[in-house]
Amino acid sequence: MANTDMADKDVLIDIFTRADLIMQSDIKFRQMIGAGQLQIVYYPVRGQEVVSSAMMAAVNKEDYLVTIYRGLHDQLAKGIPSKDLWAEFAGKMAGTCKGKGGPMHITHPETGVMVTTGIVGSGIPIANGLALASQLDKDGKVTVCCFGDGATNIGAFHEGLNMAQVWKLPVIFLCQNNLYSEHTPMSFATSSDSIKQRGEGLGLRSVQVNGNDASAMYAAAKEAVEYARAGHGPTLIEAMTFRFHGHLLGDTSHYIPKEEMEQAKKDDPMPILRQQLLDIQVSEADIAAIEAKNAAIIEEASQFALDAPYPPGDEYRIDVLDVEIAA
Amino acid sequence: MTDKSEKPKEIMFAQACNMALAKAMADDPKVILLGEDIADEQGGGVFKVTLGLSEKFGTDRVRSTPISEQAIVGAAVGSAMVGYKPVAEIMLMNFITVAMDQIVNHAAKLRFMSGGQTTVPLTIRTTTGAGTGLGGQHSDMLEAWLAHVPGLKVVAASNPADAYGLLYSSIMDPNPVIFIENTPGYFVKGPAPAPDHVVPLGKASVPREGTDITLIGYGSSISRCHGAADNLAKDGISCEIVDLRTIAPFDEETVLKSVAKTRAAVVVHEAVRNFGVGAEISSRIHEELFSELKAPVGRVGSGYAPVPFSPAIEKAWMFNQDDVEREVHKILG
Repeated sequence: MANTDMADKDVLIDIFTRADLIMQSDIKFRQMIGAGQLQIVYYPVRGQEVVSSAMMAAVNKEDYLVTIYRGLHDQLAKGIPSKDLWAEFAGKMAGTCKGKGGPMHITHPETGVMVTTGIVGSGIPIANGLALASQLDKDGKVTVCCFGDGATNIGAFHEGLNMAQVWKLPVIFLCQNNLYSEHTPMSFATSSDSIKQRGEGLGLRSVQVNGNDASAMYAAAKEAVEYARAGHGPTLIEAMTFRFHGHLLGDTSHYIPKEEMEQAKKDDPMPILRQQLLDIQVSEADIAAIEAKNAAIIEEASQFALDAPYPPGDEYRIDVLDVEIAA
Repeated sequence: MTDKSEKPKEIMFAQACNMALAKAMADDPKVILLGEDIADEQGGGVFKVTLGLSEKFGTDRVRSTPISEQAIVGAAVGSAMVGYKPVAEIMLMNFITVAMDQIVNHAAKLRFMSGGQTTVPLTIRTTTGAGTGLGGQHSDMLEAWLAHVPGLKVVAASNPADAYGLLYSSIMDPNPVIFIENTPGYFVKGPAPAPDHVVPLGKASVPREGTDITLIGYGSSISRCHGAADNLAKDGISCEIVDLRTIAPFDEETVLKSVAKTRAAVVVHEAVRNFGVGAEISSRIHEELFSELKAPVGRVGSGYAPVPFSPAIEKAWMFNQDDVEREVHKILG
């Protein structure tokens, strides 16, 4: 992994602002689920905040995102308003998808969030389709496609990356490598030493980066975006990261060696990024103001989600086809 | 006016599909084709259905793909979500099994799961059908699987003119549509449609009127129904034929209207009889018309086995016209 220079101050503040919103949202979700206020299956994102925040800081609102069930960080980083997202997580009519998608199927075209899939690896072929449309329309958009290391063991990854490279599609495959596919360590189930190797094997421009380092991750993202916009084709970014709360909430992470978890927590990207801001003369008061603003957003969004009405039961007959299904 | 002595122009089923694709592409620049070997440089498709189209519309819009069914359907799903009307060719229906995740979990559900924010107006063209010795993995009729998935439309034409009109409608439909072609039927000829001929989805046709029994089918079964009806007429039995044209959602109104008149019905399809489309249609008839029926609705389909290779076994396994006639005699006693 190459050393990179520190990103600009404004960029780091931007990344921190997104990442802190994600971190606080994750904490709040876990609290509310624990307290029985929300009954959902939740895939915690604590530890992976910086990867998405740096990636999304490098693209525009109009660019597309395809992500997966562990996607809260990607969705918030891309800019989905917290109220809409929280309401969807709670299954309410005011949610992004009228309560018909839920946490694993968030869609919000206004911010470019086109698909969130619950099927490992499935987003990759769809991301190609979005990118194909951009290529044909010459609209200059790029598509960011997020998935984990586990997804590189499924066929769709290989089919999708091959096609993207053959057609030189403007897509960035962001593999957030948190070293575990569900409860299985990468070393147990993945034949290659890195995901980058797999990208190279398929002929893609492929890079590995410390995804928890905001500046390095941002530099890799920016380069991939410029490469795609210039018409050169896709990039696979293998962003090394870690998740602190297991596969899904309630998972005790018993399969992660203690020392590995302790080391990962020492390397927690959030306090590191915060310290970096202080180091480049962002004042404690300014950082605290960002955190307080995020906290207020989450407070409002979570209360809104709890108070908002559920969709009427009949809603199941709408949006199946273009016409309403008869009762 | 055409001179009446002149033979009406006939075209083959495969040609009709080619003409519908060409018309859709000419009418709407957002129609694109994706599939294995479909561009002219690769032969215009294994069955030549896309022949000449890349020459006419360019390889940006008529794209030969890697042998990657998931990636083909995925590319269709993604481009459909942002304004395109992609037509993906999955060469043979058995290869759809490889892309079922994209079809069932994504194409069919994204409109619903997004609360209507995104739509997937794609068409998947695929061909299949037994009777030519292609064996167990190149001939299956899997329409019942797809018809069972909410959010998908499933279409099968029985003649070239319908193929032309239905394929055009499928491409222009705002929902994902699976358009099933019939491999042995590609070379069957029929009257050529007028260029503006359109067949709406969800509407069955009644190509033969009758009074004693209704034969309900689609795609390759319709020619068997006609053959059976001709023979049965010699025994004094008058058959009405309902060609569903759209399998899902099927035209209940036309089916029920016909059976209410004849008070007897047989559903005929090439697919394996067990758990087939015939079960659903038969059920709906019983639910609505039970007390008026002369006898329970009959079903004709192929045997409960993979499609066999040897012509001797394939013939025994496959539904045929005799089965239809036998079933009608059984029902009418």
